[in-house]
Amino acid sequence: MKKKAARDTTEDGAQEICKGLDLEEGATIPLLQRVQSRLGYISPEALREIAEAMGLSESEVYGIATFYSEFKLSKPGRHLIKICMGTSCYLGGGKKLLEHMSRELGIKPGRTTEDEKFSLETVACLGCCSKSPVMAVDGVIYGGLSPSSAESILAHLESEP
Amino acid sequence: MSPEEVIEEVKTSGLRGRGGAGFPTGLKWEFCRRSPGLEKYLICNADEGDPGAFMDRSILEGDPHAVIEGMLIAARAIGCTRGFIYCRAEYPLALKRLQLAIDQAEELGLLGDHVLGSDMSFDITIKEGAGAFVCGEETALMASIEGKRGMPRARPPFPANSGLWGKPTNINNVETLANLSSIINNGGSWYSAWGIGRSRGTKTLSLAGAVRRTGLIEVPLGITLREIIYGIGGGISGDKACKGILTGGPSGGCLPAAFLDLPVDYESLTEKGSIMGSGSMIVIDEDTCVVDTARFFLSFTQSESCGKCTPCRIGTRQMLASLEKITRGLGDMTDLVRLERIANVVRSGSLCGLGAGAPNPVLTTIKYFYEEYEAHILQKRCPALVCRELISYFIDELKCQGCGLCLESCPVDAISGEKGAVHVIDQSACIKCGACLEVCPEKFSAVVKGPVQCI
Repeated sequence: MKKKAARDTTEDGAQEICKGLDLEEGATIPLLQRVQSRLGYISPEALREIAEAMGLSESEVYGIATFYSEFKLSKPGRHLIKICMGTSCYLGGGKKLLEHMSRELGIKPGRTTEDEKFSLETVACLGCCSKSPVMAVDGVIYGGLSPSSAESILAHLESEP
Repeated sequence: MSPEEVIEEVKTSGLRGRGGAGFPTGLKWEFCRRSPGLEKYLICNADEGDPGAFMDRSILEGDPHAVIEGMLIAARAIGCTRGFIYCRAEYPLALKRLQLAIDQAEELGLLGDHVLGSDMSFDITIKEGAGAFVCGEETALMASIEGKRGMPRARPPFPANSGLWGKPTNINNVETLANLSSIINNGGSWYSAWGIGRSRGTKTLSLAGAVRRTGLIEVPLGITLREIIYGIGGGISGDKACKGILTGGPSGGCLPAAFLDLPVDYESLTEKGSIMGSGSMIVIDEDTCVVDTARFFLSFTQSESCGKCTPCRIGTRQMLASLEKITRGLGDMTDLVRLERIANVVRSGSLCGLGAGAPNPVLTTIKYFYEEYEAHILQKRCPALVCRELISYFIDELKCQGCGLCLESCPVDAISGEKGAVHVIDQSACIKCGACLEVCPEKFSAVVKGPVQCI
């Protein structure tokens, strides 16, 4: 029941976002960004709506959405964990951090746990190079991490209902 | 000051593009000013994509008005009517503060129609990037603002003649723009008093890696690497030996410690095969494997290659494959020859700076750290003990007290042993994560990392 309701919101949301917009030249990317910030990802319905609104084919919009790493085409988990893979973080233990989190969550980077609670991603750089290694959980940045300190941050989230 | 006088002043200052290419800013403006067209655009490139640099983020968050002032000066000099700031979406705070600063400037009449009652009109729109490194390249950035896939195109035509939506366009980096109000207020010769040779003024560097003090530093161009690492940076952390320094990010190079007295300026760095780039300086110590670092940079540029031109699309993939082979201990000396050959093709044949710069980490590490490649290939040994296939963890039976901490920490249950008795790592099950080494109490130091042959 709950799932159904969520899906309805998704579809309505996509239509609503595309309706009555200032569709100036170059609006495709801002449109995708707006949909993603509202829904958390670009649903197939939203992709279709955007294509229609911009006078593009669906494949063109798909091409744009997949070109940029920001856009997600599948629904993310409730908590988004981004591990920084910038040079400073990589050399400072980011790779071990990523592997550890990947093992703890039981998912590969880019995937979402089965209970839809966590998504694990890598990011090219969070711009916090002097605090390596760094991860961002739901937009909050944690620096100077070890696999065990990262795990305790995760444990805190896991204890939530 | 007339627009021409502004351009002259900027020329006098010797300011060059701080985003990486180092093109003289005044000259760039002049090209765009002379380009025919009533409508001209100004773009601030805030797509700080180099993983390892964050000076633009700091300026945008700390002093967004410096960027807006710089854009106004540039717009006045060139004759631009509309400005865009293309900023990474990964910098939410920067985006927020930029918008706030733009709103404030509009309220004060510094932006909009008839700026301060003059005949100049200029407004600024923020465009959020969507996560593509190649969009730092100017023609790709413009394609992205136009709402397309951010792929570069061949030049000419240069943006100064035909840029955004076909209009004459001038693109400057955040740091370049932030320098301008000081230059105009104090005069170009004031700015050019700092610097060396053709590199004038100051440059912000992001110092990170194995130094005691990390962070952003603004230094006069011409300062030596030694002054940066041992003076400002306070030396190598843990009193280890400095192995080298990575300058310029994934398109830059790896310079060995022998070049510590090299002055940091555009020409000197280029001469040694590296670049200034946006100014990232990552110091590496003896625990960093340069072959793995080259592989890391290549994996980045390979995945960020837009795929438009063949040398970059296929060449980076081939180079990455060779480097992966070597770091796994499966390489032979012909791989090195092939690597260098492909690197030169990719460097000379690529459409944009991403491809042209991608071989730099490979070529500089082969040139300056040849013996480290040889160790990986001929002896199947990683001197820095980083490359996983070439190292092993084992427990020194004379030191192990059987506390069991390693056994508990092992994620794959590869360690066995009774409490109080010597523990053993099953090498066939070990994934070499290093968790046991981290937890082994310092007073025992029984877990040892070493070459595979040690066991």
